[in-house]
Amino acid sequence: MHSFTHPGDWLHLDWVLVVVCAWLLIGCAGVVALRRFRLVATVLFPAGAFFSILLMAVALSAAFAGPEVAVLPLGLPQLPFHLRLDSLSAFFLLLIGGVSAGVSTFAAGYFRKGEGTPPGLICLEYHAFLASIAMVVLADDAYVFMVVWETMAFSSFFLVMANHRIPEIRRAGYLYMLVAHIGALGILLCFGLLQANTGDYTFANMRAQHLTPFWGSVAFCLAVFGFGAKAGLLPLHVWLPEAHPAAPSPFSALMSGVMLKIALYGILRVGFDLLQTRIWWWGVLLMAVGLATALFGVVFSTVQVDMKRLLAYSSIENVGLICAGMGLSMLFAAYGMQALAALALTAALYHMISHAFFKSLLFCSTGAVLHATGERGLGKLGGLMRYMPWVAWPTLIGVLSCAGLPPFGGFVAEWLLLQSFLFTTGLPSSFLDMLVPVMAAMIALIAALGGYTMVKYFGVIFLGQPRDAKLAQAHDAGMWERLGMLWLVTGCVALGLFPNQMIALMEPVTQLLVRGGLAHTVADSGWLLVPVHIDRASYAPAIFLLGVLASFGLTYVLVRKLYHGRMRRVPPWDCGHPWQTARMQDTAEGFGQPIRQIFEPFFRMVRRLPTAFDAKPSYRVEVEDPLWHWLYVPLVSLVEKVSRLVGLLQQGRIAVYLMYSFVTLIVVLLVVK
Amino acid sequence: MSTLAPQLINLFATLILLLSFSMISQRRIVSLINLFAIQGAALVAASFLLGYVTHQPDLYVSGVLTLVLKVIFIPWMLHRLIRKLNVRWDVETLFNVPTTMLVGIGLVIFSFSLALPISRLSQSIAGGSLGIALACVLLSFMMMITRSKAVPQVIGFLSMENGLIFAATTVTNGMPMIVEFGIALDVLVGVLILGVFMFQIREKFDSLDIHNLETLKDDSA
Amino acid sequence: MSAMGVLSQLLALVTALVLAPLLTGWVNQWRHWLQNKSGPGLLQPYRMLHKLFQKESLVAEHASQLFRMAPYVIFGCMLLAGAIVPTLSTDLPLSPAADAIALVGLFALARVFISLAAMDVGTAFGTLGARREMLVGFLAEPALLMVLFCASMITGSTSLTVIVETLAHRELAIYPSMLLAGVAFTMVSLAENARVPVDNPDTHLELTMIHEALILEYSARHLALLEWAASLKLFAYSCIGLALFFPWGVAEANAPLALLLALPVLVFKLAVGGMALAMIETVSAKMRIFRVTEFLGTAFLLAVIGLLVNVLLGVG
Repeated sequence: MHSFTHPGDWLHLDWVLVVVCAWLLIGCAGVVALRRFRLVATVLFPAGAFFSILLMAVALSAAFAGPEVAVLPLGLPQLPFHLRLDSLSAFFLLLIGGVSAGVSTFAAGYFRKGEGTPPGLICLEYHAFLASIAMVVLADDAYVFMVVWETMAFSSFFLVMANHRIPEIRRAGYLYMLVAHIGALGILLCFGLLQANTGDYTFANMRAQHLTPFWGSVAFCLAVFGFGAKAGLLPLHVWLPEAHPAAPSPFSALMSGVMLKIALYGILRVGFDLLQTRIWWWGVLLMAVGLATALFGVVFSTVQVDMKRLLAYSSIENVGLICAGMGLSMLFAAYGMQALAALALTAALYHMISHAFFKSLLFCSTGAVLHATGERGLGKLGGLMRYMPWVAWPTLIGVLSCAGLPPFGGFVAEWLLLQSFLFTTGLPSSFLDMLVPVMAAMIALIAALGGYTMVKYFGVIFLGQPRDAKLAQAHDAGMWERLGMLWLVTGCVALGLFPNQMIALMEPVTQLLVRGGLAHTVADSGWLLVPVHIDRASYAPAIFLLGVLASFGLTYVLVRKLYHGRMRRVPPWDCGHPWQTARMQDTAEGFGQPIRQIFEPFFRMVRRLPTAFDAKPSYRVEVEDPLWHWLYVPLVSLVEKVSRLVGLLQQGRIAVYLMYSFVTLIVVLLVVK
Repeated sequence: MSTLAPQLINLFATLILLLSFSMISQRRIVSLINLFAIQGAALVAASFLLGYVTHQPDLYVSGVLTLVLKVIFIPWMLHRLIRKLNVRWDVETLFNVPTTMLVGIGLVIFSFSLALPISRLSQSIAGGSLGIALACVLLSFMMMITRSKAVPQVIGFLSMENGLIFAATTVTNGMPMIVEFGIALDVLVGVLILGVFMFQIREKFDSLDIHNLETLKDDSA
Repeated sequence: MSAMGVLSQLLALVTALVLAPLLTGWVNQWRHWLQNKSGPGLLQPYRMLHKLFQKESLVAEHASQLFRMAPYVIFGCMLLAGAIVPTLSTDLPLSPAADAIALVGLFALARVFISLAAMDVGTAFGTLGARREMLVGFLAEPALLMVLFCASMITGSTSLTVIVETLAHRELAIYPSMLLAGVAFTMVSLAENARVPVDNPDTHLELTMIHEALILEYSARHLALLEWAASLKLFAYSCIGLALFFPWGVAEANAPLALLLALPVLVFKLAVGGMALAMIETVSAKMRIFRVTEFLGTAFLLAVIGLLVNVLLGVG
């Protein structure tokens, strides 16, 4: 027990609760000042950002401290809230704090008057969302977990429906709610299994249970199903491409950057922490599902024509890659190879945090573009680099990081992941030994396709010529938006240049989950990132960056000294073609066409081709998600059929209903006899 | 020298696998026959080397047989055949080349994982190549299934036989001579009959596309 | 970080800078000789670079800073690649900074920048080139990575200098997986360096352009830097191939005399490689663009099979 009067005695957990309460208070203040747009935008959201930074600081110092527990007297009389802050929670709190600081700052500058929901209400929903996410990682029993999980789902539902007057957005919100609850059902069942009939739903009790392999596997599969629905794993990903574009951009950023990671936190918590047994095929299942999701996501993202849908599918890809890393870690842990399990887990965690930063940055940039131009479709954008440099250059950093290019954060994550896939010759099973190089090949392919998508995204929006005349009136981002994006850029760059420090932060997490860690090899290498041994592999991002910059600078100076630096502006050469319009550039569809051709079996395409006799020939192709038609539509029609059958019971005549009661009475009497 | 021989045999095995793969992705029938001849030559070289190392004259005889049949006679006959039938190009395969190669990789993984425990038990110095030989057999079988002209199917059949002989050679140091001769005779007769068959198909349909054979089905149902 | 190390690093860098255009000139010269033409001379690339640097740069009106910055970034990337690959010596202080995966990432960075720069001007050719370049890249990059992984699995490391040292010191061993990796690497190098089965470096027809379309809008010093970077890329790829498949003759640490020997050995190996490249280019016909994906897909799958053969046969 600790005293409330001495803040110096407070545990880190107390500080986190302070932040959570502060967020809830800010939300309530927003309700009070319902339509005071100025107040909400310039005071409340930045205040939220301040508390996010505080959360980051707390998480940093809590990362190395031991686990802290607390019991809050909220909730039901016999079921208080159990809370626990261990290194895994601290890592996720760091992620939440870091990303939400940038996004809240961006949101402060994002809102404009008169758009659907009143700003005060949005403030409440936003901060309730943040508060519930922070509580999810603190939860130490199933009851409080489900309460805050549902709060998170509800608040994000309202955020998605912020512009509820548009029918597509309503449909997206409904689909989101549906899949979220299917997932919640899976999670509930999983917790039910984990408590193994003892009636005590705390996580501490669940850790002490020893489930048989069969029930343990069922629990694990339920957890993957339930949390996977929230994370966007195949085949429960259908809500993601609808909901993320429908929400306003700062919330898409939060959902993509933070909420998906919280779902993955769930898998980590259940798979590594609560389930004490390790079975090898769990890891293989997770890897297979992860890679299938990643391939699906990246192939679809290359053919999208709406910038937010493109980013949504890219999020699906990254979630898949993270799952593959977690699966590999589980596989290594099942065979007792702790050091390698730690390497794979570190790769997955690194990918989580760097994806959080660069994806939020990219979504924020789409928000800025949407505000400046009013266009979401890639077909009407282009050449915005000239008009919005403050948005374009940070987005370039985000794009390079998302494509997994050195020296940014995305590359370090991929580097670690590929390194962990290379250490396969130690696995006992020969089949697995062969499967792992093939999976490494798939990861390399997926990463390369990710690069393709990002070039398409940046090139079509910011480069080239404007595809629409009114783009010339696009205005650059405001001060708050710039600050938010710069914060996120700093995150991406820091993750790229200082991997050793980040890995040292992740060490307590891997120690907790797989009882292995990289810190001892990483600590004494200074500038180099050396996961195992310097003869095995090493990477120094700072030297890399310095090398490129040095040759840049030297070449620039030398060329000017030895020759000259004269330049003249002329119309583009274009091989001497006399006319040139903006419509002659590649469209987004055109850029994705080669991928559409190669990966044709993945898509369900409906084409309308012009015939030779059309007076006004037109070409139309719709690319849809095949899983929607193969899995969901039959499922829905089945459900409708069954409900119709059940509906037959409703005859509407009193005699029939009385007969139902009569028959039931007779059956009960028979059974009791 | 003692470590060189197994490495060389592994090298020939890999060469045979590489050639099987290139045969799958090859479209020109002339190149297909040439690749098949090179595969036969690699098999001959492996047999000779294995015979030299293990001092078994049976393998020399088997090698000579393969040389005469698979490297000289049958490719010559096939070249003559396609010149007479005037087919140079193949039509598109059942599924496109990338999918075929992906299925090929799946077959390779499957055969490797099957062969690993068996190769550990084998006494021969080239036991590790069983997986590769099995993969070649499966890949050639797949080539037979996915091609739609008759000549590549024949080549697939012959290549499958190459793989089988290689498997037998590496795991058990060759088969009994009578089995070898029997198989060789069967293959020769098979190719001759297939040649006659191809002429008949050509006569009936004016094309060697085997999809035409489906029209012979009784459509009274 | 000894003085010897710094010296060999600088020497490697200077050699790359100076020899790269010569290698390109050698390959072009041989192509002409094989086609019964008299070529422009071995030193033509140097003359062209000198000519280009002297010209005034003409930049499209609405090109952004990215367009002007890209040639320097790409040149820097290729220079760094040339410094990391063990050409003359394995005693390179910069080599722990980037291993094989980072090398592939370096090439990917250059590829992304050139594609973005091509899209910047907004002409049809630029976006066409960008799309095709990313298409070639999306298959070539994993194939190259898998080839390097084959070598890593055999030597137990992804650091290029360690790979070269280990491979050079083993007794003459034939690795079957390296055969498959070698075929795959040849195919990937042809694709990435815009050589004939994939892309014709002499072409000016949009139907057949990939590399040319990307640099169409550049002139003067920017174009010079891009051409030099392309030569450096060819040089780097040749050196990677030599390091993986013919690693003998590369000097090691604490062997200063070997450094003197390493240079002529490198020149000899590159000369032979250049002739082989010219021969391949002369006997092949350029593929249609959508066959390029099959070509590269085959290379990728061959490299994966090489990895699997490695696992099957034990040491490889």
